[in-house]
Amino acid sequence: MRSQICLIDTSKCIGCRACQSACKQWNQLPAESTTFAGTYENPPYFSCMTWTKVVFREHNDNGRTSWYMSKQGCMHCTDAACILACPTGAIHHTDHETVAINEIKCIGCNYCAAACAFRVIGFDRSANFAKKCTFCYDRLENGYEPACSSACPTGALVFGDRGDLINQSTQRVTRMRQQGNTQAGFFHGNALKIQGVFYRMRIEYPAQPGFIDHFPVFVT
Amino acid sequence: MTNHWIDYQHSDVIMAIGGNTAENHPVSMKWIERARENKGAKLICVDPRFTRTAAVSDLHVPLRPGTNTAYLGGLIRYILENELYHEEYVRSYTNAPFLIQGDFSFDALTGLFSGVEDDPLRSAKRYDRSSWQYQKDEYGHDAADTSMQSPDCVLQLMRKHYADYTVDKIAEIIGCDRDVLEESYRLFATTGQRGKAGNILYAMGITQFTHGAQNVRAIGIIQSLLGNMGLAGGGVNAQRGQSNVQGATDMAILYHIMPGYMGTPQQAHHASLADYLSQETPEAGWWTNKPKYFVSLLKAFYGRHAVEDNEFGYQWLPKLDGNDHSHIAMYKSMAEGDMEGLICWADNPAVSGPTASDKRRYTANLKWLVSVDLFETETASFWKETGKNPEDIDTEVFVLPAAASYERAGNKANSGRWIQWQWKVQDAPGECQSDLWIVNELFKRLRDLYAEEGGTVPEPIVNMAWQYDDSGGQIDIVKVCQEINGFHVDSGSLVENFLALQDDGSTACGNWLYSGYYNDLDRPPCKRREPETEGIGSHLQWAYAWPLNRRIVYNRCSADPEGKPWNPDVPQVWWDDQTWEWKGHDVPDFNTGLTPINSSRAPFIMLPEGKARLFSAFLSDGPLPSHYEPADSPTANLLYPEASFNPISQRFYENHVVETDADREKYPHVLTTYRVVEHYQTGIMTRNMPWLNEMMPELFVEIDEELAAELGIDNGCRVAITSKRLENQAGIEAKACVTQRLRPMMVNGRKVHVVGMPFHWGFMGMNKGAVANDLTPSVGDPNTTIPEFKASLCSIRRCDE
Repeated sequence: MRSQICLIDTSKCIGCRACQSACKQWNQLPAESTTFAGTYENPPYFSCMTWTKVVFREHNDNGRTSWYMSKQGCMHCTDAACILACPTGAIHHTDHETVAINEIKCIGCNYCAAACAFRVIGFDRSANFAKKCTFCYDRLENGYEPACSSACPTGALVFGDRGDLINQSTQRVTRMRQQGNTQAGFFHGNALKIQGVFYRMRIEYPAQPGFIDHFPVFVT
Repeated sequence: MTNHWIDYQHSDVIMAIGGNTAENHPVSMKWIERARENKGAKLICVDPRFTRTAAVSDLHVPLRPGTNTAYLGGLIRYILENELYHEEYVRSYTNAPFLIQGDFSFDALTGLFSGVEDDPLRSAKRYDRSSWQYQKDEYGHDAADTSMQSPDCVLQLMRKHYADYTVDKIAEIIGCDRDVLEESYRLFATTGQRGKAGNILYAMGITQFTHGAQNVRAIGIIQSLLGNMGLAGGGVNAQRGQSNVQGATDMAILYHIMPGYMGTPQQAHHASLADYLSQETPEAGWWTNKPKYFVSLLKAFYGRHAVEDNEFGYQWLPKLDGNDHSHIAMYKSMAEGDMEGLICWADNPAVSGPTASDKRRYTANLKWLVSVDLFETETASFWKETGKNPEDIDTEVFVLPAAASYERAGNKANSGRWIQWQWKVQDAPGECQSDLWIVNELFKRLRDLYAEEGGTVPEPIVNMAWQYDDSGGQIDIVKVCQEINGFHVDSGSLVENFLALQDDGSTACGNWLYSGYYNDLDRPPCKRREPETEGIGSHLQWAYAWPLNRRIVYNRCSADPEGKPWNPDVPQVWWDDQTWEWKGHDVPDFNTGLTPINSSRAPFIMLPEGKARLFSAFLSDGPLPSHYEPADSPTANLLYPEASFNPISQRFYENHVVETDADREKYPHVLTTYRVVEHYQTGIMTRNMPWLNEMMPELFVEIDEELAAELGIDNGCRVAITSKRLENQAGIEAKACVTQRLRPMMVNGRKVHVVGMPFHWGFMGMNKGAVANDLTPSVGDPNTTIPEFKASLCSIRRCDE
């Protein structure tokens, strides 16, 4: 189990996408050619060039408009489907308990991309291997937090000690409920043994305080 | 800003009105979230659209663009009628008890105050403001009624003026559900209690109207009524939309002011320095020091050539001829062929100006045009636009490549007036040079030309004290900083701050407000980086805030007349009964030699009467903000039947805005323009950045679902938008963003649709698109001439595939 994790607090996310561009900048990922397709969200999908992005969802609850934003990307699952699917052992847990792809071992079979429930693994056709978020392994190795969380202005994306962040989250959800947001919740991914990235959600989205089925990642 | 960014953490209720703070000032949300987390603060978002700010707010109040004065006027009435104002504060620190001349009046039919007369030169009206003045008592002092019951006193005049601004009436005008409206009033008015702080933050959605200055006034009135001025978590907080635009304003980038907010001399009134100083210096308040600041400025300008015998070079200063020379008027002069050349320094009016297509057309009347920018702008390349034939255009264009902010050193003032040094990170590419280098070289060459060849009026240039070169002949920014800070002329030593400035020519200072920010060559205050330990967020040892390192201005008002903080949890300044002296977490913004009672008599030290002006004769278009429609309006004025848009606002062009019902049918939808976080201003920096283009690749127009269904517009399809400014033209094209974040509004019993567009696109750069400002009207506020970008009328149709 990882001792350092990222916490995503969707109730504080303003969709500024600093995380998204910080990821591209640190990892020197090229820009994709996109078009405006009727939503602020862009690029439309994760790919070998887009490892993290903010999703935008509009929601109408009895005439009341809501607009949900959250940063999404690889969850660095403890029980990771991509690792199970990989035939060569290219995908593995690192010494930081993050999920990484060893490009030398990768044969480009694409099974991992198919297996990932979050659809965050991209496939680089020119190089013939899979690519995804590395949790900024190079930064972690040098004592820095990931590029995405370092860029977040509001505290919607926080990197830190697992225990501390879980405590803070529990307290915040309690406070949010006291302040009238009765559906505030905290998704810690036990069902999938996702230990890398936790979500604290403002769960008016959708109406039920949902977990995995209502998780915005799946609404594409 | 009267307060500063970090101070947002102390607010109990935050109202974001006319500003999409999450979108355009993302870092503000750090402190707003902290206030919400730590003290359960509430965020009210008042905006026509359900914006990114609305998405994280507690209450969203949709209002029709251009009706902010109605909304704020309604709040003033709500506060007054329900007696929710901070009475002790209002009585002691505002001009509520002051008596106004008995012949002051307001006509609710025409929406005009007393003193109105025609102004044929501007095709508008103007005011003789004598009936708006204070009554005088037998000693010649401003007369007041401390019981605030006299019908002539400001508080009672306000009650009368805003009596018609009922919640129901306002709901009908702004197109909002009345219960949501009233809830927002109720919530914000709770900050009128002692110990509570309400924060109003705004941006261009308040100012870019033909009544923009009055919108800001209305915010000031509300904050004064509720006792929110001068204390932690309160304030009138203008969020600046551009890095160092605060500094640019402080340094007088606008034509009507000199550095440090001193008025530009006028030919008709200020023939001599003595005339200027005697007429521009009030009898009381801090501005009584103006002669010291103005003479020191002249000494900084003209150095040893500025002596008492030649009025310190006053005659070399350009004087205003009484005409408007703001952006709209300047382009009108260009259209009429009265301008020969233009230097656009980090400015791209071909995209950012109102009625921008006209601007690009007028530019061809210039003989020469200089563009100083990071990339080739639409202004510099106006002749490349589709439909223009370069052979027909004689304008000679010079493009000077500039260094980006990280490629040069210098200081920047943020919205909270903090002047912070920014160190250079890397060299600029190729021939790019810093703005300072460019202006230095330009000046030196001009001076040499004048020295060699003479010229019409060479003195202002050849006598200018301009010695900023280092030994290698390159610009030395520290020399500029020293001059801005101010120095003793004899010794050359830096002044401590503006308290040392004199009006006899013994000191020179480039900007009195900044004086003190660079008073130590080894350790200039603007380079300080020491966080505080008190935990209140003032950080007095971090950078330097003008004036005198004060973090919250008018902070005398954070304490009651006896000197006890209204809110002891976050005191700014307080009177210590034991030691008989003032103490504080901030630099006091008043004379600390005075006792609490004496200092409480004039806590607003910049004003002669020393009180916050609920009623003010300062603005040209009325002493109390009144609801006028925007120039392009879909409805009649529901409060003042014979008024339409601001009667004092200059009519620059005929047949330019929608004024007939036939036109209203032709252009039925309300258009508002704005920015998105992914792009910046005219996009000239960001549209050349692939990562940002990836996120926001095309110009779009946001349309509500009902209107889209009516017009057969699908999400993501191409649409054409047109306005009165593009009459009989095809209009501009954009992608449709059909969204429930916009909703139809019921205005005056009729359904009105609001559509919105960002204005970041143009025809140059990596990512091209139509110019949204081709649609917007060239009308402006009568005080500032800021254009009315935020509200106009348009029509929209699906483009045939």
